[in-house]
Amino acid sequence: MSAILARGLTKRFGAFTAVDQLDLDIAAGEVVGFIGPNGAGKSTTIRLLCGLLRPSAGAASVAGFDIARSPEAVRAHIGYMSQKFSLYADLTVRENLRFFAGLYRVPASQFETRSAFAIDMAGLTGREDALVRTLAGGWKQRLALGCAILHRPRVLFLDEPTSGVEPQARRRFWDLIHDLAADGVTILVSTHYMDEAEYCNRIALIDAGRLVAMGSPGALRGRHLGGALFELEGEPLGAALAALRQMPGVIDAAIFGDGLHVLLRDAEGATALPEKLHAQNVTATAPRPIAPSLEDVFVQLVSHRAASS
Amino acid sequence: MKLRRLLAIAYKETLQVWRDPRSLAIALLMPAMQMVLLGYGVSLDIRHVPLCVYDQEQSQASRALIADFTDGGWFDAVAYLPNERALRAAMDRRTCTGALTIPVDFTRVLTSTGAENVQVVFDATDANTTNVATGYAQGIVAQASADFQTRWGQAHAVPPQTRGVVDLQPRVWFNEGLDSRNFIVPAVVAVILALVGAQLTSLTVAREWERGTMEQLISTPVTALELMFGKLAPYFLIGMIDAAFCLAATAFWFHVPFRGSLVTLTVTTALFALVVLGIGYLLSVRIHNQVGASQVALLVTLLPTILLSGYTFPLDQMPVAVQGISLFVFARYYVTILRAVFLKGSPLALLAVPVFALALTAAIIIWLAARAFRKRLD
Repeated sequence: MSAILARGLTKRFGAFTAVDQLDLDIAAGEVVGFIGPNGAGKSTTIRLLCGLLRPSAGAASVAGFDIARSPEAVRAHIGYMSQKFSLYADLTVRENLRFFAGLYRVPASQFETRSAFAIDMAGLTGREDALVRTLAGGWKQRLALGCAILHRPRVLFLDEPTSGVEPQARRRFWDLIHDLAADGVTILVSTHYMDEAEYCNRIALIDAGRLVAMGSPGALRGRHLGGALFELEGEPLGAALAALRQMPGVIDAAIFGDGLHVLLRDAEGATALPEKLHAQNVTATAPRPIAPSLEDVFVQLVSHRAASS
Repeated sequence: MKLRRLLAIAYKETLQVWRDPRSLAIALLMPAMQMVLLGYGVSLDIRHVPLCVYDQEQSQASRALIADFTDGGWFDAVAYLPNERALRAAMDRRTCTGALTIPVDFTRVLTSTGAENVQVVFDATDANTTNVATGYAQGIVAQASADFQTRWGQAHAVPPQTRGVVDLQPRVWFNEGLDSRNFIVPAVVAVILALVGAQLTSLTVAREWERGTMEQLISTPVTALELMFGKLAPYFLIGMIDAAFCLAATAFWFHVPFRGSLVTLTVTTALFALVVLGIGYLLSVRIHNQVGASQVALLVTLLPTILLSGYTFPLDQMPVAVQGISLFVFARYYVTILRAVFLKGSPLALLAVPVFALALTAAIIIWLAARAFRKRLD
C-alpha cells in the first residue's frame, strides 16, 4: 500500500493554479525530495496532503486515509513541519514537547523516553529549560522535528526544513531524516537546495504546479538529458552562448558559473566546437565531458516545457 | 472532546499569559486601575458648585441666606463681588457657574411683606449641572423662606400661610442617601469585566496566526471545541479573579451596601464572563491579527456597556428606538442584576428575566465561537 498516493491533485486560488494535476505514488519508508523553484507549488502540495487545504480537484490519500473525507485520521498519523518556524518561542524546550505530546495524546508512560529521545536528537541535552526563542536556527529546526515525531507518525512532511540553516547543521538534519526512514517512516521533504536532492531515494521535480519528472537522482541524471553534456569556457561569454545555441547538433546551452554547459546530440561533435566558435570571433577552450548534475537536468526539463508550451 | 488535549492547551495558554507583560498588565493591573478611576471619577452627584455672590444689602438676613447656600456643601461661595458687571465678567471667566444676587432692600421688604425675590443665575453650558444646581437652589430658598415665615408668623401672631394641609415627606428606598456612587460602582464591575475579558481573549487566537504557530496547531488532531475550551479556561479563571477583586472593592472599599447572595452574584458573573470571553475569542478567530481583533473587541463590548447598559445614562430616558437596541446589549442585564443584588438583595428567582437573557446570550456566543474555527488555511 502506498504511504502517499495522489491522483490529479489540483489546487486553484482564484484564477491561479498552484498545483496542477499532480500524481504521486510514494511507498512506505521512502525519502522523497520535492524540488522546484520558489512558487512552484511545493508548499501548497504538502499543505493539501496534510489536510490543511481543500483540493479543487483530484484526490489523495495519506497513510491510507483520504485527505478530503477523513482529514482528522490523516492528522493523527502524520507529522508536519511548516516552512515558517512554528514552535512557541515563549515556551521552553520541554514545555513545547509537553504541549505537542498532549495534543497527540502520547501515553504519559512513554512521554519521558520520547522527549528524552527528541532532546538528545536535537542536541539540546542540558538546555531543556531554555526558552526556544534563545536557540539558534539549527537547534530550533531539530527541536521542531522532535516535536513532529513525538507521536511516532507513519508519514512525515517537512517543508523546507533546512532553509536558513548553516551547512553543518543541514548535514546533521539529513542524517536524522535517514535514521527515521530506516525505522519505516515515509518522508516527503521539500527543498530548494539542489545538493540536498542527492540525499533522497527519489526526487519529484515540480515546476509551475506540475510534476516535471520523478525518479532516483541517478536515473534522473542519466535518462532525461537525451544527449551528452560538455563544459567549456568561452570569451566573450554572451557571444559564445548565442553562437552555440544557433549551431546544428547543439540541443541546449546554458551559462553555469564562469563557463558554459553544452548539451550535444552526439559526443563526437564536441571536438569541432572551438573551431566553429573561432569562426564567429569567440575564443573557446576544448570541451570537457562532464556528468550532469540534477541542476542540469532541472534546467533542461524546465526549458523544454517552456519551449513546448 | 479529549480532556488531555484541552488541558495541554489550557496549560500552554497559562504559561504564555504569565510570560507576556501585555496580557499580564491587562489581566492584573487594568482592573485595579479602572476600579479607582471609574469608582472615584464617576459620580452624578453635584457638589461644591462655585457661586459668586453679589450681596447688595450685606445684612444679617442676607448673610444668613448665603450661609444656607454654602453650609450644605452644595455650593461654595468663591467670590463676593461689588456689582453686576463684575458678576458677568466672573461668569465669563468661569470663576463661577452660578451667581446669587440679593437686593439692597432684602430685609426691609421681607419683614414688611413677608415675601421677597432673590436672583440666581446659572451658566447653562453644562445643562445637567445647571439642572441639578437649580434644584438645589430652589430647595435651599424654599427651606429658608419656610423658616422665615414660621418665625414671621410667630412674631405677627398669624398662622403661617405657606404650610399646606398636605405635607409631602419623600422616602427613598434601597439607596437611602441617594448616593449615585452606590448606583454606579456595582455597574463599574460590568464595565471592567467587559473591557478585560474581551481584550484578553481577542489576542489569543490572532496571536497564533500572527506568529505562525497556528499552521502547526491545525496540523494536529486537536478539535475546534478542545481549542476553544482550552483557550477560554485560563481566561475564565482570570476573569473570575478580577471580578472577585472588583466586587470586593465595591463592597469593602467603596462601602456599597451588599444585601444579596454570593451564589447569585457568582453564577451571574460567570455567565457574563463567558459572554465577554466568548466574544473576544470569536473575534480573534475571525480577525487574524491581534490589533484588529482587540480594537473590534473594544467597540462591541466596552462601548455598548458604557452607553447602553444603564451604567451612567438611564435607559428609561432614552428614545424608544434606542431602548429597543439596548435589549440586545447583554451588559444591561448584568448591570441590572448587579444593582439588584447589591442594593435590593434580590434573590435569583426575582431576577429570572435578566439571568435568562444573560444565559441565552452566553449560549449563543459560545455556540458561534465553537463553529467559527476551521482547521483549514483556505
